[in-house]
Amino acid sequence: MSLLSLEKVVKTFGGLTAVNRVSFSVDAGDVVGLIGPNGAGKTTVFNLITGNYTPDSGEILFEGRSVKGKKPHKIVDMGIARTFQSIRLFQNMSVVENVLAGCHCRMKSGIFASMIRTPGQRREEKKALETAKEVLEFVDLWESAGLSASSLSYGKQRLLEIARALASRPRLIILDEPAGGMNDQETAELLHLIREISRKGITVLLIEHDMGLVMRACEKLVVIEYGTKIAEGRPEEVKNNPRVIEAYLGSDEEEDAC
Amino acid sequence: MNKNAFIISVLLAFFACFPVLFSNPYWIGVLNDIWLYAILGLSLNWIVGHTGLFNLGHAAYYAVGAYTAAILSTRYNIPILWLLPVAGAAAGLFALAVARPIIHLRGDYLAIVTIGVGEIVRIALENDIFGLTGGSNGIFGIPRPEIFDMRIRRPWQFYYLIGGFLLITIWFFYRLEQSRFGRALNYIKEDETAAEGSGINTAWYKLAAFVIGAVWAGMAGTLFAAKMTIISPGSFNFWESVLIFAIVILGGAGSIPGVILGAFLLVGLPEFFRNFADARMLFFGAAMVLMMIFRNKGLLPPLARKYAGVPRVKGGDA
Ligand SMILES: Nc1ncnc2c1ncn2[C@@H]1O[C@H](COP(=O)(O)OP(=O)(O)OP(=O)(O)O)[C@@H](O)[C@H]1O
Ligand SMILES: [Mg+2]
Repeated sequence: MSLLSLEKVVKTFGGLTAVNRVSFSVDAGDVVGLIGPNGAGKTTVFNLITGNYTPDSGEILFEGRSVKGKKPHKIVDMGIARTFQSIRLFQNMSVVENVLAGCHCRMKSGIFASMIRTPGQRREEKKALETAKEVLEFVDLWESAGLSASSLSYGKQRLLEIARALASRPRLIILDEPAGGMNDQETAELLHLIREISRKGITVLLIEHDMGLVMRACEKLVVIEYGTKIAEGRPEEVKNNPRVIEAYLGSDEEEDAC
Repeated sequence: MNKNAFIISVLLAFFACFPVLFSNPYWIGVLNDIWLYAILGLSLNWIVGHTGLFNLGHAAYYAVGAYTAAILSTRYNIPILWLLPVAGAAAGLFALAVARPIIHLRGDYLAIVTIGVGEIVRIALENDIFGLTGGSNGIFGIPRPEIFDMRIRRPWQFYYLIGGFLLITIWFFYRLEQSRFGRALNYIKEDETAAEGSGINTAWYKLAAFVIGAVWAGMAGTLFAAKMTIISPGSFNFWESVLIFAIVILGGAGSIPGVILGAFLLVGLPEFFRNFADARMLFFGAAMVLMMIFRNKGLLPPLARKYAGVPRVKGGDA
């Protein structure tokens, strides 16, 4: 059984059908890429999986359980963590506190325990801090842990978002254009990082415009255009699919015209 | 750190001895007001400063607490200090009922609705709601509080009662601020979508923050009723909410020392300028405008939390 499966998912905004009967599945352990031209509906698909939007119809199952109608924090708790296309960090807070946000849903201490600082509460805080250190070392940001998130470069802010997502101990991580704003060097490091995440046993679902990265990182690609899935398969198959070539050439021409 | 601990100890020692050193009941009375507003400010700080929820009707929860304590103590002769938790619970339940449908509103929309809540409560009190609140005359003859058979009557006695409660308040909010609860509220203030997407139950935390702030304001209301022995709706009008809000913003939203400083400045300083009563509001209006331009995080903005083992920031003071 696949880890995540979408079945004929539909999402409309007013008259616009942003996602039109899209079905695909993600197997545990894979790195899957979701690609398509600008405005194809990729981010909308992510927002449907993470509970930011609710599908008009169709079904989304994670580990056999429906995520439909669940709030985003609940879905994080189920084991799906995400990053945002437009970086959304807690800019005025420190790097380590940004990561502790991800730890939050794995902690339990309540108001009373915090007030009298029970041994359990202190142990839990210490453990969260260890998790934060582990994931920050993983993305090579531990040295900056005390800085405010806003002082990091764009590329490092992307890594911090990934660290925050990893801190919630997900089984599936969803990355929305993680290479956006990164230089070649940083993108190469990102490829390495995605492979490391996969090696940890975390399944990766990725939106990315950088075709070089997608082709190398992913075992499987899903292509959507105007909200509809037009191809699915191994990267080399998809790359030579005439329908995909047409979609991409078409969008390239539009971009040139702008 | 050591410097801060030193300053805090000196201030604590000074204010602990104040009534002994200066037995002037007028200035002790002024400090009592400052303590009370510091408590109110800290309770609102949890909502406004930490969570970023613009509550401009905090006097409503203060009023519910004060009236609950006043009604129960005058009608059933219950010692008023026993009513602290009861009044807190009443204010908290009221906040829960009020906030649930409005808490999702953003920024200025929430501010407007909370102003409405404050006004509704004041008007309800003026109209002698349920025949319990005594209309615009309010409730009088509220019995004096007693501790161990000592009747609290004089300003210096209230000084220690209210000051003691302020210390408990500081301790309570400091501990919460340093916990995952405090962090969760700050994430919400920074970016609610990102907080929810990181696994924080934002709806629950916003409501919890609002209710806890209201509970604390309700308890402050009990102390107020006990101190005044008479309460009336005029003490809980819109300007009261504005004053509490201004204390939080002026001092430094999210900062405990900031809020206490704010109470000193906005409640204490006017006493020095009694002779210029008319110019007072003008002066404070101008001070607020200047502050928003030059120090928009308040006079004493919050310090970042510290975590053991986190690498020191180069050249920083962390
Ligand atoms: N909240 C919304 N309200 C209305 N329309 C929306 C909303 N979100 C997305 N859309 C529309 O849905 C379509 C798909 O948008 P989406 O952001 O999913 O595209 P995308 O594939 O992620 O594009 P990009 O590569 O530019 O990020 C677009 O036409 C967009 O304008
Ligand atoms: Mg997108």
